[in-house]
Amino acid sequence: MSRGMSRIMDKGGGKALIRDENRGISSGAKRVLIAVLTLVLSTVIFWIPFYFVIINSFKNQAESALMNMSWPKSFHILENYRNVLTAADHMLVRAFYNSMLLTVLSISVLIIVSAMAGFVLQRREGGRCSSFLNFLVLAGLMIPPAIVPTIWVLDLIGLFKTLAGITLVEVALHFPFAAILYKAFVATLPREIDESALIDGAGGGRLFFSIIFPLLKPVTSTIIVLESINVFNDFVNPLYFFPGSANATVQLTLYNFMSRFTTSWNLLFADIVLISIPMLILFIFFNKKIVAGMTAGAVKG
Amino acid sequence: MTKLKIRTYSYIFLVPAFLIYFVFYLLPTVLSLFFSMTRWTLTHWNFIGFDNYVTFFSETALSIGFRNTLIYAAVTCGLKVILGLLLGAFLTSTVLFKNYLRSVIFFPTLLSTIAVGIAFSILMHPSQGLINTSLAALGINGPDWLGNTKIALLSVALVDVWKGIGVATVIYIAGISAIPGEYYEALKIDGGSSMNAFRYITVPLSRPAMNSVIILAFIGGLRSFDLIWAMTKGGPGFTTDLIASIIYKQYQAGFYGLATAGNVILFVGVSLLAFPLYRYLTKGEVYL
Repeated sequence: MSRGMSRIMDKGGGKALIRDENRGISSGAKRVLIAVLTLVLSTVIFWIPFYFVIINSFKNQAESALMNMSWPKSFHILENYRNVLTAADHMLVRAFYNSMLLTVLSISVLIIVSAMAGFVLQRREGGRCSSFLNFLVLAGLMIPPAIVPTIWVLDLIGLFKTLAGITLVEVALHFPFAAILYKAFVATLPREIDESALIDGAGGGRLFFSIIFPLLKPVTSTIIVLESINVFNDFVNPLYFFPGSANATVQLTLYNFMSRFTTSWNLLFADIVLISIPMLILFIFFNKKIVAGMTAGAVKG
Repeated sequence: MTKLKIRTYSYIFLVPAFLIYFVFYLLPTVLSLFFSMTRWTLTHWNFIGFDNYVTFFSETALSIGFRNTLIYAAVTCGLKVILGLLLGAFLTSTVLFKNYLRSVIFFPTLLSTIAVGIAFSILMHPSQGLINTSLAALGINGPDWLGNTKIALLSVALVDVWKGIGVATVIYIAGISAIPGEYYEALKIDGGSSMNAFRYITVPLSRPAMNSVIILAFIGGLRSFDLIWAMTKGGPGFTTDLIASIIYKQYQAGFYGLATAGNVILFVGVSLLAFPLYRYLTKGEVYL
């Protein structure tokens, strides 16, 4: 796994070594036994579902209808994946485009507004106004959004069923988490930085955009990766706020294909594999960031 | 300095974020209190007082959601707290293939809930599904995981745990790794076993991590919608309907006022359960 995890792991490992160092030879055999056992268990619990989905996405319809794990008698990889991509007038292609666009747009807006807000909320910590705003942000972490009134508001300002509308809803709903991470990170930046910039004649805007924001890069990248996953995998918000087949996002498309392909498991599984690939890529490259974001969010939240 | 502070840390910085947050989250939340007391078609509303709430509590098809949501949240939260702790302790010890195991356990958290739901509803097919055919090979007669009204909710909860255990585990790993090694050393010098280490050092000192897991998993469970919708749609009958899925059903049927009442009940419920729970848990925390 990644370096960040192995750092955590080394600490844990070192500690455990102290516990185990003089147990003798029998502990060696025990360790191997435990290792074999965990490998078998992890394979059964985690690998079999993955393998089942992937191998069945290669089969033809009749064979996938058997719902078993056997090796395909004939491979239909290209055919299945092409069928899924072209089904319903290339709906999945359009959905990928929509989802990517939604993810990029909402994360860009989220980063800018949350970084600015986190900066000022932290620097003004303790003030009456900022305490109240902090409370509102914390409430947003726990309280689920009110759905139909949100639709009503969107409709009122003409943004219901539009990309702009769903983007702003995603920003609003992910803002508390991002703001709290930013606030915690700004707290580690000494105020002397601000003061020296002010002495050099920078204003508040200049200070933030050319000095503070670049320093926030570690937490910015954590938020980008983590929230991209959340927005790309989001099903509920597009379901309510972005309906209509022209607006399909990947998760909605998968959900719709569930009824369209009730008898073609091979195509349904091909769809699942396709929409999981971006997550797999993120996992391989940014594992450390993802884990850091999830644990930081948990500790701060 | 105050004047400088006002100019430098200007509230203008807060405007874009809080404008979006207000219009698309806070305002609808406040409005929901009013709209939950109306018969509502999005363009017109009649004020009907608490009728929607009365309907919600008196109709079995709706009120079953409270029981189910509590069961679902309690089961998923309980399993994540216990299994996460065991996995966290296990994966910070000297076990082999640690990194590989962490990756495998963590990866499902990144998958789409809908995708996981679809895959497992096929694996849980009563006669042909892989789970029951494997059990049959061992001579066990597997149940109808999603069709049996007694266990359908628990089956979905198990899938939720499968998908979400990775987050709980990494939080525990972070917490357990922060415990100073000297404590374990001291225990060893005093002749304690590794079971003692787990019981008297790991468990009490990973309380902050445990509290995070409890809060996150419990709130997540109360708000849960995607997985139940992908796997059972609340069926068979209403036996696996959660508050969130009932809200969606009422919304689809055009009962916007009723759906909004459900929403208010959900967020009042979450606040009433989660805030005191948080207060209670953080009171007993041990600081390192």
